[in-house]
Amino acid sequence: MSRSALALQVGVVARRSVVRTLRQPAMVVPALLFPLMLLSINSSGLDSATELPGFPTDSYFEFALAIAFVQGALFSANSAGTNVSSDIESGFLARLSLTPLRRVALLLGQLAGILALGLIQALTFLGVGILFGAGIAAGVAGALVIVSLSLLISLGFGCIGAFVALRTGSGEAVQGAFPLLFAALFLSSMALPRDLIETDWFRTVADWNPVSYMLEGIRSLVITGWDGEALALGFACAGGLAALALAATSSALRTRMARA
Amino acid sequence: MSTAAIEIHDLVREFKKGPRAVDGIDLRVESGEVYGFLGPNGAGKSTTVHMLTTLLPPTSGTARVAGHDVVKEGAAVRAAIGAALQEAALDPFLTGREHMKLQTALHGMRGEDGRRRGDSLLERVGLTDAADRKVRGYSGGMKRRLDLALALVHRPRILFLDEPTTGLDPQSRSALWAEVQRLASDRGVTVFLTTQYLEEADVLADRVGIIDHGRIVAEGTPDALKAEIGRPSVEAIPADPANLPRTKEVLARFGEAVAASPKGAAVRLSRGEAQLAEVVRALDAQEIAVEHLQLHAPTLDDVFLAKTGRSLEGAGDGAPEHAAEAAPSEATSPRLVRQEA
Amino acid sequence: MSRASFGSVALAVGWRSVHNYFRNPAMFVPGLMFPLFFFTAFAGGLSRVDSVPGFDYEAGYTAFVYGFVLLQASAFGGIFTGFAIARDFESGFSRRMMLAAPRRSAIVAGYWIPALTRAAFNVAMITVIALAAGLEILGGGLDLLGLYTLALLVNAAAMLFGSGVAMRLRTMQAGPAMQVPAFLALFLAPVWVPYDLLVGWVHAAATVNPITLVLEAGRGFIAGDPVKVLPAFAVTLALAALTVLWARGGLRSAERAG
Repeated sequence: MSRSALALQVGVVARRSVVRTLRQPAMVVPALLFPLMLLSINSSGLDSATELPGFPTDSYFEFALAIAFVQGALFSANSAGTNVSSDIESGFLARLSLTPLRRVALLLGQLAGILALGLIQALTFLGVGILFGAGIAAGVAGALVIVSLSLLISLGFGCIGAFVALRTGSGEAVQGAFPLLFAALFLSSMALPRDLIETDWFRTVADWNPVSYMLEGIRSLVITGWDGEALALGFACAGGLAALALAATSSALRTRMARA
Repeated sequence: MSTAAIEIHDLVREFKKGPRAVDGIDLRVESGEVYGFLGPNGAGKSTTVHMLTTLLPPTSGTARVAGHDVVKEGAAVRAAIGAALQEAALDPFLTGREHMKLQTALHGMRGEDGRRRGDSLLERVGLTDAADRKVRGYSGGMKRRLDLALALVHRPRILFLDEPTTGLDPQSRSALWAEVQRLASDRGVTVFLTTQYLEEADVLADRVGIIDHGRIVAEGTPDALKAEIGRPSVEAIPADPANLPRTKEVLARFGEAVAASPKGAAVRLSRGEAQLAEVVRALDAQEIAVEHLQLHAPTLDDVFLAKTGRSLEGAGDGAPEHAAEAAPSEATSPRLVRQEA
Repeated sequence: MSRASFGSVALAVGWRSVHNYFRNPAMFVPGLMFPLFFFTAFAGGLSRVDSVPGFDYEAGYTAFVYGFVLLQASAFGGIFTGFAIARDFESGFSRRMMLAAPRRSAIVAGYWIPALTRAAFNVAMITVIALAAGLEILGGGLDLLGLYTLALLVNAAAMLFGSGVAMRLRTMQAGPAMQVPAFLALFLAPVWVPYDLLVGWVHAAATVNPITLVLEAGRGFIAGDPVKVLPAFAVTLALAALTVLWARGGLRSAERAG
């Protein structure tokens, strides 16, 4: 198949995936509202934590802004998983299997839906952050980096959702996996910087949890400016997760579309 | 010699934990033929279709579709076939036209070409007016018709229809039948159709294979199958219910007893239709007044009964709709039979 | 109509729901997991917050968070039962129960049994984990009685609120209409730090939110230093009474709809 035919296939599947996602307000609205609600409640409720010695900023809002991006990505996992599982349950995937559609085109096309939602989320959270007074320390370029890191994180979590759906074929399993992903967010440096976490086991978990570094990558751009180490770790964790999840999804898709 | 459109040899499919869904099927469908695959729920019809459409690898045996092996030459098989599978596989959030656009593009038809092809197919199945509405709002019949149109996008030579009319109201059902007949006669498309409805197989199929528990139990043209059962049956309902035992005695002289309504008696006539007059005379001689007398031509259900010992109607293996908590399916079924606007 | 039939209908409805609940992990896992997450994430991750100036709570941060999570688990036990009621209406199962039951309020009463079972199960799990994580309860027997009675009332009010919504809307889509108000009531309160340390709009919201009183009284019981006991009980009983009316209206609406 020629390169242009492949591009055409990716294009039509991507279009459908984006259209389908955006036509479901039940999928888009909570993915925007819930992270903003948590951000708002957290930043007002926990502002006194900034008085702790060693807290990196005097605005808990700036500190908590990063959480919205990762929490938004968790919703990507949910919506990607739900979309794929309903395609399996309805037989739509079987129909696609009967066309000359290439697996890689299907995969890339599905990811377009995830990325579209991720982009809307990232721009919204960034806009709300700036509107309510979070200065982006790394400036306009920093804001662009935040958006791209956030997309990478959405891609990783989105693929996890798609993977669960492809392996199980069930929307319920996707919903069941959602709390597990939330646990990964909660057991990270979400609420306090890692060096201010008092409980030993919790700090150890947060140290090993890649979500901590994703948060800290975004957070560094908001609070401190250009921090090479934090960014490298953030991109490495997000990129590593995306690569692993993509490989797993691709293999699950091969099994699911087991055709000659 | 004509080449077979579908040729199956000793095809088997086993699932983990469970009996053989398909247990050694041999079958041959000629080009241009409409083949009806008839059987109750769970008989193995859909499993067979999934194997023939390359969606499910067989456990053993071979199958060639359009001259290509379904295991080794999947892409060539898929290029030659179209399929409308059991659940109309549609995305509720896309419109009919958007489905068409996706399908034409995936088959490599671009721009104006694809648009024209899509529009003509939508028109052909009568969905032009509904083309820009989301599929979520379609009735069951509209969904099946869109599904059929999508299967035709790349002008397949062989069409697989898996229970195309299950859950449809009679009007939508006959509209779909007409379309399938038109495809077969005008375009010479080979149609492989599964159904659990006798009438559907009788109306549409040139040849019928009856499948039960994963095996083909009978095969032939509907007429030949019925002729194999051969003789018609006669049913008599006495005007006075007290005469029922005597009615049975009289009828028993003319053939073996078969199922009848509770108030009547029925036998399969041992020497065929010609005996009807004798039956009437015999009843008259016994002074049994008859309220109702009817001659039944053999049906495919009689064929199924003769081959399996069971009646096809209700031979399904405990379908969920018979379960105690039937409420959810009851709640959704009105939508399926809703008349199209 | 005899009294016995009210009880037997309630028990029958309750037994079925409890049975379904424990047989279906998709139903009990989320209700348990969320309070558990909150407890681990905040008791573990945020404990340094209790060294912020102005944070005086004698029993420690684990007990501070436990006070909140206990309330959350009790409320969620009730709200998730509202989901189950909505599901029963959607599937048509409730119609069958409504036809069979001579006194329909018994159906609502019956649904409290799973609500209570859920809450009790979740609270027990969380308490065990909290104790293992070093929870210290300074209050005595009477304090504990006060604490768990408050939790019981919150559970009943949440269940009645949820069932009122479920019986009015009669669809699973009603989930957010039950969950969001409950979430807001719980979180627009002194969740992670005492009331005096709240700033901004959450401080303003917590001032008018009756749950603030309940939360403060509960934490007082845990610390063995009861505060605002009477206002908290007054508020909870008032909530329970209001939600009884709300649920009764819901039942009427469901009856009208057939």
